[in-house]
Parts: sequence; C-alpha cells; structure tokens
Amino acid sequence: MKAAVLVFPGSNCDRDLAVAFRQAGADVEMVWHKDTRLPDGVDIVGIPGGFSFGDYLRCGAIAARSPIVGALKAHVERGGYALGICNGFQVLVETGILPGALIRNAGLKFICKPVDLTVETAASDFTNGYTKGQTVTFPVAHHDGNYIAKSDTLAALNDQDRVAFRYGSDINGSAESIAGILSENRRVLGLMPHPERAADPVLGGQDGANLFRSLAIASVTA
Amino acid sequence: MKARVHIMLKNGVLDPQGEAIRHALGTLGFEGVEGVRQGKVIDIELAATDAAAAEAEVGKMCEALLANTVIESYSVEIL
Repeated sequence: MKAAVLVFPGSNCDRDLAVAFRQAGADVEMVWHKDTRLPDGVDIVGIPGGFSFGDYLRCGAIAARSPIVGALKAHVERGGYALGICNGFQVLVETGILPGALIRNAGLKFICKPVDLTVETAASDFTNGYTKGQTVTFPVAHHDGNYIAKSDTLAALNDQDRVAFRYGSDINGSAESIAGILSENRRVLGLMPHPERAADPVLGGQDGANLFRSLAIASVTA
Repeated sequence: MKARVHIMLKNGVLDPQGEAIRHALGTLGFEGVEGVRQGKVIDIELAATDAAAAEAEVGKMCEALLANTVIESYSVEIL
C-alpha cells in the first residue's frame, strides 16, 4: 500500500496518521497542500486531523480549496481510496466529496476523550476488519463534529449502508449519532473520531489498527 | 467599491451558538427573546466600479468559498 498524507498549515495529526499507515505496512509520503499532484502509484490519500488554516471561515473550508485538492478529487474520481479524520472529515465535506456538513458541537464545548463507537457496517475496505455491531473505542478531539445533512441525504446514507460508525451515545448533537460516513463507492471514509490515535497499545488502545490493516490488505488486491 | 456579505445558517439548521446567546440573554433578565441566530459579516474591497458586475462577482465568491451552501445562505450588499 502506498499512502499519501496531506499536510496543511495547522495540521497536527499528520505524523500520527503516517505512523498508523506505516505500522500497517504502507509506504508513506507527506504531501504539502501547495503541491498540485500526488506521488505516482498512491493507493490512499489520508487527510489528517488538526486545525488547518486556523479553522478560519469554517473548519476545513480553506484547506478544501488548496491546490492539492484538485489531485485529491481526481484520485477519488478514479476510484482511489481516501481517509479523512477529524479536520480531514471536515475537509471532505467542504470539498463535496462526502455529503452533509459539520457544525459546532451542540454543547458548544471542545470534546476530547475516548468514546465508544458502534461499527455500523463491515462492508467496506475500511471496516471489514470489524464485525457489524461491534463496539470500538477511539478518541475524539473536536469542537465542530456535529454532523448535519438534509433528511433525504440521511435516508440515502442509511439505505445505501454508508454510515460506517455511530457514537454509542450522543456526544455532539450529530444527526442520528453519525460519527463517520462512506462515499457511494465505499472507498472514501470520513470520520470525526481518531483511529490513528488508537492504533498502538502504547498510545492507549489498538481498536483503530484494524482499519489500517484491512486497508493495506484491500490495496494489495485492488 | 465595497461589498458586504451576510452569511447565516439556513432556516431549519440548528444554531448552537445562537441558542447559547438566547440563554445568556435570558439569564441577564431580557425577557421575550424568542430566538437568536448568529451569522457572519464579510466586507470586501473591490477595484470594480460597476455595481451590478461587482455584485455578480461577489456572488460567485460566496458560492466558491465564503458560504457553505449546504448549510448557509448569503446575501450581498454593494455599499
């Protein structure tokens, strides 16, 4: 598996994400936001957590208009994998690659703690290392993780089995406790919780490691 | 020429910050505050001299970046 991790001014989970990919066996290249192309042969693009451009205007809004995003969109259109975590999820909804929007947490507080999530579908190359209905624990660290979408978008996400994770209990006001969603072709995942911070026992958990391992397996056979 | 853009969350999108302001106003004793919505104002200085063209151009800016039209509505005022 060859992974590219995008780096924006204010990204702060980029190296953690690179470590998680490497531990799953990937070659990883970091790609600066001003670049206009991805390295040759990239299977997956990781869009990391952080506070790209200081969360100015809207979280992820400026990053979503960066020069590298044209290459990201082309990669996704070709059927390439992309994983957006936290601010990366915000970037993916701002680009329109994933539907809906992420607004201020209903409780207005920045939430930073491990949370239980339910794996809602194992039918994706991100989640087939889990079983449907399984509870996993990933940390969250966000101020704007309140997922909202039109009712027809929510219906489509449910009908097409595209909700990947839900919070075990409501933490931020997200519609239907949605924590992460898949694209229509199931090759793009955006989620607010941080699997890369739960990918090594030293860091307090390894529930997230399966996500990276199953991606590595999928990209070999893809 | 100056343009002023108003950006608001669309009706029906819950505004947690507006709700917090509404509660705080109640705490301060202001009665009858039935709803608060918080938005943004962005002032833009333009080289353009034609108001209609400037308004159209700022509308494009709103669609491309300034507003997230999934959740926000905008209006443009030429000052």
